Amino acid sequence: MQTVSTADVEEFGRELDKIREEVIASRGEDDARYIRRVIAVQRTLEVGGRALLFASVLPPVWLAGTAALATAKILENMEIGHNVLHGQWDWMCDPEIHSSTWEWDLVSPAGQWKHTHNHLHHTWTNVLGKDRDIGYSLMRLSPEQPWNPYYLGQPLYNAMLAPLFEWGIALHDLEIERLVSGDKSWGQAFTQFREILRKGGRQIVKDYVAFPLLAGPMFLPVLLGNLTANMTRNMWGHTVIFCGHFPDEAEVFTEDQIEGETRGEWYLRQLLGSCNLDGGPLFHLMTGNLSHQIEHHLFPDLPSNRYAEVAPRVRALCERFGLPYNSGSLLRQTATVWKRVFRLALPTPVGQSAQVDTPAPATAQAA
Amino acid sequence: MTAPAGTRIDDFVTRLAGTVGWLTTPLLPDDYLGLINPLWSLRRPRGRVEAVRRETRDAVSLIIRPGRGWTSHRAGQFVKVGVDVDGVRHWRTYSLSTAPERGDGLFTITVKAVPGGVVSTHLVHRTRPGTFVGLGRPEGDFVLPRPVPPRLLFVTAGSGITPVMAMLRSLVRHGAIPDVVLVHSAPTREEVIFGEELRTLARQFPDLHLHEQHTRSDGRLSLSRLPDLCPDWTRRVAWVCGPAEMLEEAETRWREAGIADRLHTERFRPVVAVTADAASGRVRFLPSGQEADADGMTPLLIVGERAGVLMPSGCRMGICYGCTARLRSGRVRDLRTGREHGEQGDIVQTCVSAAAGHVEIEALR
Ligand SMILES: Cc1cc2nc3c(=O)[nH]c(=O)nc-3n(C[C@H](O)[C@H](O)[C@H](O)COP(=O)(O)OP(=O)(O)OC[C@H]3O[C@@H](n4cnc5c(N)ncnc54)[C@H](O)[C@@H]3O)c2cc1C
Ligand code: FES
Repeated sequence: MQTVSTADVEEFGRELDKIREEVIASRGEDDARYIRRVIAVQRTLEVGGRALLFASVLPPVWLAGTAALATAKILENMEIGHNVLHGQWDWMCDPEIHSSTWEWDLVSPAGQWKHTHNHLHHTWTNVLGKDRDIGYSLMRLSPEQPWNPYYLGQPLYNAMLAPLFEWGIALHDLEIERLVSGDKSWGQAFTQFREILRKGGRQIVKDYVAFPLLAGPMFLPVLLGNLTANMTRNMWGHTVIFCGHFPDEAEVFTEDQIEGETRGEWYLRQLLGSCNLDGGPLFHLMTGNLSHQIEHHLFPDLPSNRYAEVAPRVRALCERFGLPYNSGSLLRQTATVWKRVFRLALPTPVGQSAQVDTPAPATAQAA
Repeated sequence: MTAPAGTRIDDFVTRLAGTVGWLTTPLLPDDYLGLINPLWSLRRPRGRVEAVRRETRDAVSLIIRPGRGWTSHRAGQFVKVGVDVDGVRHWRTYSLSTAPERGDGLFTITVKAVPGGVVSTHLVHRTRPGTFVGLGRPEGDFVLPRPVPPRLLFVTAGSGITPVMAMLRSLVRHGAIPDVVLVHSAPTREEVIFGEELRTLARQFPDLHLHEQHTRSDGRLSLSRLPDLCPDWTRRVAWVCGPAEMLEEAETRWREAGIADRLHTERFRPVVAVTADAASGRVRFLPSGQEADADGMTPLLIVGERAGVLMPSGCRMGICYGCTARLRSGRVRDLRTGREHGEQGDIVQTCVSAAAGHVEIEALR
């Protein structure tokens, strides 16, 4: 159990601020070229994948087309959409790559998602009762959440959520629980719901009606290819995102713990609530650089292509201050996520507090 | 009257794009076409720099091929140009320096590097052929009327020659130059933009009277000398383009002579009254909610752009109203007059308004 002095927490924060300033000062043409190239590659892959599917008389061609389309959809969702909507590229003042104009392929309308994700999740990361992304209101992912028999089924819920993840996110953005509690009006939810249907409807028409019909005799291969690509994107996104916050080492906080939080403490909470994934450059790209979840949570609006260069510096800072820097392989992190899903499906035995297997949140005891 | 073929084709393309949009949703067909050739974009017109011609030590002409959606200009008009410098898109206005009658579909802008200027130095020193720039549409009423009056007077300085050059070139294209007096000032003979061309034209057309004032040797051009240089100046229709002092002097003279209606002026930058650091504050940009600190001197337009907010703009000097936003709370200071003003709901020009304390402004849709 490690403790960090208040002074150290603030020093840690100042060091991170310095890194942030440096990156901001050095943003430039190379970064702009990077995002434009990723966008060009993604759109080319998409067109190419769809063309291959149209010509998929042979199974290998179908496979190649589906793979290209799935890759394009993953890039569009993760490295491009997610990061553009975070405002990571707003500094370019390019209306075509800007958080205020961007719309993505996911069924969640960008505007709704920006509110629940950028605002609620990133501000209240892993705070129980505030961060609605903990278990997506569907599962119990922290022992502090009271157990009830409904959670017995959560391994099944999680398995079902994965291929339908984008719909899960869209419905999650409706904030049903706030409707029930009366914090949100039904009218508002209805408008939102209609937007989701319109947005999702267009995706369904595109992938399951328009392109298959255009393909004529290739109707079925195209339909199946598109379906597979969408489900692959969903499962991949689900896996990466769950690995970011819910492996066993990630911490969960309570509201009183974060009362009057300073900048340094905010940084610390982001660090303790996030987990990285190890891998090469291509892997980082395919996760939308959410493999650098820690860096993303410390600096949500810095361009994603910079997380890789910032990561070793953040890790070194953690070492210096004796803070955990949670990083592991995709396989290992996924295994611990599922372990948690299974374990917490059952009630936590009395007397066995959550604090046992997670490092205690930083406190000022040693100050 | 039927629409010209170009417009009908564009209409058709737009309607087709609506249908094809079901295949490209949530993107637009434009987004894919633009990948193949950025000039095909209708939604965000662009141009490609085909050649860069050095005019003087610190001025170049960029020869630009406009993409789809471009409409022909009138000589003397300007266009908004979007230039990426260090990855950031900046918009500035430049007068077109070529005649619309040019015929090859290209046009030029002529840029003089302003010391420390972000866009002008980039265009003059670091722009290569093949570069794409964003384009607005030609605008402005600093143009020749039709029919062209028989006697014209142009008074220009430095890069202020550009709109006038377009007019001269247009007149030459029509073959008949009316009686023209051109009084132009620049630091030296070498620094006269279009110097060779102007001198050749003056030799070729006896009705074109060119007076060059080289300020380093001849001193500053005072408009009190105008009656010597052009005795019948009061009977001519005049176009003046140059630094602020020159324009102010011209406005006074023409007003005093009672012929203000014969004077046309074009400013390249606003006259700014606020210089001392006035009250600062925080600005909130709606609907995105982005925030930034502002001093009392920097236009809200620039405050927003620096914070990465997408700010519409045009002339950037308070004439075109291309930058307006609605004031949601707080007050602003007009940088041209120094006056503080603003009620909730007012429309303000962000390019010439600075924050007077905390301000919230909302983009107009
Ligand atoms: C209608 C119109 C037509 C124009 N046509 C032309 C043209 O044909 N050719 C051309 O070269 N420019 C023209 N300009 C000016 C041009 O739009 C830019 O303002 C100019 O190039 C400076 O931009 P910048 O980004 O380099 O300077 P900025 O980085 O914006 O400014 C840097 C510094 O230079 C000062 N500054 C800004 N503009 C000027 C200026 N014009 N002269 C001196 N100092 C300045 C600023 O106050 C600031 O201190 C025109 C402007 C208008 C409004
Ligand atoms: S940009 Fe033209 S008035 Fe502000």
